This record gives sequence, C-alpha cells and structure tokens, in this order.
Amino acid sequence: MSKKYFAAPYLVWAVGFIIIPLFMIVFYGFTDRSGAFTLENILAILSHEHAKALWLSILLSLVSTVICLVLAYPLAMILTKRNVNQHSFMVLLFILPMWMNFLLRTLAWQTLLEKNGVINAVLSFLHLPALEIINTPYAIVLGMVYNFLPFMVLPIYNVLAKIDPNVINAARDLGANGVQTFFRVIFPLSIPGVISGITMVFVPAMTTFVISTLLGGSKILLIGNVIEQEFTQGNNWHLGSGLSLVLMVFILISMAFVMKYDKDGEGAMF
Amino acid sequence: MKKKLIASLLLASMCGALLAGCGKGNDSASKEQVIVYNWGEYIDPDVLDQFEEETGIEVVYEEFETNEIMYPKVSSGAIAYDVICPSDYMIQRMIDEDMLYELNYDNIPNISNMDETYLKQAEEFDPGNRYSVPYCWGTVGILYNKTMVKEPIDSWDVLWDETYADNILMQDSVRDAFAVALKKLGYSLNSTDEGELEEAKNLLIEQKPLVQAYVIDQVRDKMIGNEAAIGVIYSGEAIYTQRENENLEYVIPKEGSNVWIDGWVIPKNAEHKENAEAFINFLCKPEIALKNFEYITYSTPNKAARELIEDEDIRNSTIAFPTAEMLENCETFQYLGDEVDAIYNEKWKEIKSH
Amino acid sequence: MKKHAERIYLALIFILLYAPIATLIVLSFNKSKTRSKWGGFTLKWYSSMFQNSSIMDALYTTLLIALLSAAAATLIGTMAAMGISSMNRRMKTICMSITNIPMLNADIVTGISLMLLFIALGAFGVKFGFGTVLTAHITFNIPYVILSVMPKLKQTNKSTYEAALDLGASPVQAFFKVVFPDILPGVLSGFLLAFTMSLDDFVITHFTKGPGLDTLSTKIYTEVKKGIKPEMYSLSTLLFLSVLLLLLLINLAPNAKKISAENKGNKK
Repeated sequence: MSKKYFAAPYLVWAVGFIIIPLFMIVFYGFTDRSGAFTLENILAILSHEHAKALWLSILLSLVSTVICLVLAYPLAMILTKRNVNQHSFMVLLFILPMWMNFLLRTLAWQTLLEKNGVINAVLSFLHLPALEIINTPYAIVLGMVYNFLPFMVLPIYNVLAKIDPNVINAARDLGANGVQTFFRVIFPLSIPGVISGITMVFVPAMTTFVISTLLGGSKILLIGNVIEQEFTQGNNWHLGSGLSLVLMVFILISMAFVMKYDKDGEGAMF
Repeated sequence: MKKKLIASLLLASMCGALLAGCGKGNDSASKEQVIVYNWGEYIDPDVLDQFEEETGIEVVYEEFETNEIMYPKVSSGAIAYDVICPSDYMIQRMIDEDMLYELNYDNIPNISNMDETYLKQAEEFDPGNRYSVPYCWGTVGILYNKTMVKEPIDSWDVLWDETYADNILMQDSVRDAFAVALKKLGYSLNSTDEGELEEAKNLLIEQKPLVQAYVIDQVRDKMIGNEAAIGVIYSGEAIYTQRENENLEYVIPKEGSNVWIDGWVIPKNAEHKENAEAFINFLCKPEIALKNFEYITYSTPNKAARELIEDEDIRNSTIAFPTAEMLENCETFQYLGDEVDAIYNEKWKEIKSH
Repeated sequence: MKKHAERIYLALIFILLYAPIATLIVLSFNKSKTRSKWGGFTLKWYSSMFQNSSIMDALYTTLLIALLSAAAATLIGTMAAMGISSMNRRMKTICMSITNIPMLNADIVTGISLMLLFIALGAFGVKFGFGTVLTAHITFNIPYVILSVMPKLKQTNKSTYEAALDLGASPVQAFFKVVFPDILPGVLSGFLLAFTMSLDDFVITHFTKGPGLDTLSTKIYTEVKKGIKPEMYSLSTLLFLSVLLLLLLINLAPNAKKISAENKGNKK
C-alpha cells in the first residue's frame, strides 16, 4: 500500500465539505439575481473601491506577516535554546492567550489603546507623550500581529527544534561565522516552517474584517469588509461570491509563488 | 509523556462524544415546544421559565446578532423557527417575500394592552398589523457629553461641525448613516431618489475627516469612557449610558430621525404556530412586558406595562417615551428592494474607501 | 549579555501577548458593566456566572466541539499530510491548494456555503445541530493541522518508513513506530491550533448550528448589541487561570520531568 492513500479520508472529506460548497460559491459568483450567467461579479474587482480595498488588504497583511516573521523567528530560536523540559510549556504559553475569546481580546485592545485607555493613562502618569494609534491602520496591524503571531511561532519553532545541532557545529568547524551559519544553514533548513507560518498569517489576515472594524474605527475598507458587507447589509450574495472567488484565486497564486521557495528548501535538504 | 497526553485527550474527547450522543438521543419526543429566534440579550431569562411553567410548552431559544445575519437562516429554511423578532424593514421584506403567516388575533387577546400609537406606527411597514406584534421600539438620536459640548444640541448639523473634529462617533451601518445625512438635507430616510442619495453621499464623504470612528455597539462604551464628545446612538442605550456617566445627554434632532420597531412574526415554515401565538400573547401581558422592559431598557409599546413602571422618572422619561411632537418628523425604515439596497451599498462603499 | 537581551525580548513578547488577558481579568472584578469605567471591586460576576445555566451549557458545548473537532481534524489531517507529502509535485500543489480554501475564504462565505450544503443534505436526514457544527469545525480545522505537520514531515527521512516496511512492519506499525515520533511536535501543535480556531469561531458556527445550541463565541457575539455580560470576563479569567495552573503543575511536577527526559533519551 502506497503512503499516498493515507490522504484518502481527507480527500473524501475535502470533496464533500470543501469542493462542493466551493461550487455553490462559483455558481453564485457567475450568476446574477435572475440566475443568468454573468462575469460582472468577477469584473467588479476592477472598480475603484474594490481594487483599493484589495490593495489595502494586501498591504496591511503583508506588513503584518513581515512583522510576525521578524518577531517570531528570533523568538523561536530563543525557545529552542531553552531547557528541553520547558519546551512544551513555553509553546503552550504562547497559545494560551488565544484560548480567550477573539472578540473579548480585541475589545480589550480597544480598552488598552483608546485615547483615555489604559496605556495612555500609564504614559501620562509617567509624563510621556500619548500613544494615538486607535482608529488608524497602525492599530489594525497591531491587532493582526497580536492575533496571528502564535501561528508563525509554532511552525518555525517546530522546525528549528529538529535541526540537528551537528549540522550547525559542522558549519562552524568549517569556518562559517554566526551570520553565515544562519543564512547558509539554519534559515534554509527552516524554510518549510516559515512557509507554513506565512500561510497561516497572511491568508487569515487577508480576509479578516473584525479587526479593522474594531481597532481601525471602520474607517478603512478592506476586502474582507466588502465581502462581509455584500453578504449581509448589501444582501448581494452574487457580488460577494464573485469577489471571494477573485480573492481566492489571488491568494492561491501568491501561495503557489511562495511554494516555489519551498521546493528549493527541500532540494537543500536531501 | 506526550503520547500519554495525546491518548488521554483522544479518550476524553471520545467519551465526550458518547455523552453528547446519549444526550441528543432522546429529545425527539413529541413534546410541545416553540422555537424562538430573538436578538441577543433581548428577553429576561425568567420570562422564558415562567412561560414554560404556565403553559407547559418548552422553549427552544436561539439568538442572532443582526437582521442581516438572521435573514439567510430563516429564508433558506435551514431551521423551522416558530417565532422571530426582526426589525421594521426586515418584517416588511419578509411580508413582501411571502415568508410570514398572518396572525390569528383570537389567540393573542393581550394585544389590547398595546398602545394604539405604536400599532399605528407599525402600519408603516405592516399595513393592518396583520403579520407582526410590536415588542420594543425606540429612536435614533445624538448622545453628547455636556462637559465637551458647550452649546445645546438640537440638530444633525453638529455632526458636521469642525470644532468636534475627531470627536464624533458615527453609525457604521448603511441605512443608519444615510438616514442621518438624508434627514439633515430634509429628505425622507426612505429616499430612493438617486440625486438625493448622491447629495447624502457627498455630505457623508465631507464628514469623514471629522469622524473619530464608525461604530455600532461600541458607541456605548466609548461615550461612557469620554472617548468622544458626540455619538449617534439608539435611545434604548441612552438611558443605560446616562446611568454610567451622568454628563451624557440624549436628543432627537429637530430635523427628525428614525423610529424603529422590533416585532414578533411567525414564519411560514413554523411547525408550532399556535404555540408561537401563545408565546406572543404571553409577552403582551403587562407584568411580563414590564419585566422585559426592566431587563432590556428599550421602550415598550405596551401601555399597560408602562403604567406599572414604579420609577416616575423613567415612566415619564422623554428618552424612553418621547412625546408626539418629538416624533413628528420621524419615520420608520422601509424595505426598498434589492435594486435600491444595491445603490445604497455602492455609495456606502465609496464613502468608506474615500 | 546576550542572555539578558534574550530574556528582555521574551518578556516584551509576553507582555504583548498577555496585556489584553490582564485587562480581561481586571474587568472581571469591575462592578460596572461597561469596559470603559472602573466602578469598584466586586465578585458578583463570579457567583452569577455559576448560577447561569446557559453559560455553563455553552461552555460545555464549546469545549466538547473544540476537543472533538481538533481530535478528528488531527487524525484526518496528519494522515492527509503523510499522503500528500508522498505525492508527485503536481498533485501536491493541487492538494495543498484545496487545503488552503477553507482558510482563504472569508468566514461568512464558508459558513453560508456549508449551510446551503447541509440544507441540501437535509433530504438525507441531516438536521442542523451538534453534528453539523462539528462537521464544519473539522473542515476548517484540517488545514491548520496539515500546515503544522507538513514541515515536520519534510524533515523526516523518507526512507525510514520504507525501510520499516521492508523489515516486515505493517504500514500502521511503520507509521506509529517510525514516522509518528518524528512528527509528533507538529501533530501536537496542529491539534493546539485546531483547538484554538474552533474555540474562536463565530460566523461559521452561527450558520451551521441549530436552535438551542450555543457556544461561548455565539453567546458573546450576540451579546454585543446589548453589551457583553461581565460574566464572560469572569469565565475567561477562570478558564485562563485553571489552564495556567494545570500547565505549571505538569511542568513543575518533578517525576513528569524525569519521564519526559527519559522519552527524549529514548528517541535519540
């Protein structure tokens, strides 16, 4: 029996609960209210508002992903160095805050960041200038980084923890300095984890709308907000579906692009 | 240790599944029940217990967050709800789409406790009160902080006043935001005229730099916390915010505003229509309506219940029960059809992405 | 010096992660219902929480769904990751793209499309309730498991599995004896991420649940209109503290340490 068949249960599941529902979205996306075929819902992405919303989403998600990566990588490295017995404990400490409800956490950030919020109270007590980022894109980025950071830390940490120390020692013995060892040995070996992390941060960040509503003061229209609005207030499932299809294809293409680097990573390993 | 951890987790979850299976197994009995779909926190839980005790009908209770998120679950027929509590324009839409049963008022004798004024108001979206019984109602107005606003406020104009730049909280939903602009311009908040809507849109774009945030429910906490000077809010929240922060004042602008009514309706696929009517009838009892009013703090259209309110300040509060003159220019939202909704929505996106 | 820098960095990240949690804990002792005013210290939300049976029911449902869906997703997802990793490149790309779909759809799109599917399945006796919610949760949890396991699989030596087969192990034996120990950290973190996603979901649960079934998320979101009940803060606080306590106990218990050290030793 080939190992391939291990994927069989998943594929059955995927066909039933991913592919078939996807076809419903495709159906809605390519029809109008009367049920006639149309491309309008797909082409709607070209309108000024939708294109701008998509662009802003890409920008904010990219910035958040990069910040997450920059924060998470050193973090994962520090964690791997710690006492072996503490490994799973530390990992759980990262995931634990995420077990509090997302909405409660985001509202708590509101309480912290607001003009008369906790952080500003502390700052003014220390006679420091106030922090005014609530209702701006900065607050949205903060919210995204906060919510998605563990999704970047875990996969990178898992991969780093498994790298054979002998490989690193060998590099050192062969005369590589710390920076060289990192960029030529450690980082290439960790790429699969990095890619999983990027996927789990970038993709959800692209579709989120609660964070921009609550922390961004709803003043910035992201593509997630547009889709949500079309399905609810706009009551236009067709347009909503059309736009989600475009978003989906867009993300798939960017992911395929990222996967290319994955192949290189694999090549370096075997 | 990790293996043990996994094993025990799996075991625990399997036991859980079995338990859940057993629990679900035998509740398909033909017990009398009524499936209620209501807004979150929109009824005193004791009332449900009392209803079950008095009638022997079991209440299966589910809550929703917005009209829009409720509608697909009902219209798709995913679940056969018996009684639902949508808002005015949504009731009209459901009537238009032939989704509702006509009520049999023989089963709802307590309707006589209702104030005629509100039944009349409800006819704007449900002519003849054939499909719905009002439950809660209120207005939309301006909540302002007396310490931050010097002059008395009586007009929507203040939301465009540059002295309050970055101190204004605007409603974050299409119809509510447009209602403000349309009323300021002196038009109907149910306008379907492209020209008028375009004017309203430009006005809202002009306002955007002054707005601190577009909010729905957060306006309450933000106003209590002195985050902003002025906010657009529902009257039912105004009483609560005043209790928490005495500097806050509520006003219905003179240009008029939105009067909203949430009412009980019975969808066509209901399986327990009579139980649903018994439920509606029960809610119309004065002491029950009073209990709910005290829990929800949104105005009750139940005249008999209002007379039972002990606190004189609240019984005569013009926030909870505005006078006829105050409501003179006010209108209820109507369902304008998919086409017009799409126009509103397009324009709202233009404002938001400006 | 470097050690210090590392410590400070860790501390800063933990402050970032735990600041909102600390806020929630403080709010749970707030007499005032609003989050923006301190009305004095009280314990009343804790007592009213335990008396509120609907909150307790929701807690039970939430944990049950999260555990079951995470366990099922971990099982299906781990197997899928193994299968996918042994496919050729083209199939692999296709499968990974499918895997990403539930993640890259906005929640409301996934929720509504699953609702439509379950309605269609109603003809075969599918009823909205616990089962439909569980199915939906498993569906959106699987990608997180696959994405956690895949990198670990890439690190393992592919030939060990075949070698085990050659030496007469059954595929199941080969899997549990050879591959599984290597990918275990990935499987565990996949399980944790799936559990986390399930706890937090609101929109998809809303569209796939039946009446009378509530999770903490659906309760909290529907409360937003009238203001979140402070009981939710106290519940979060208690959950947080009990999990933290449990973690500390496991971590500090001396014999647990020994066992895990032995396990580590065995693996090498």
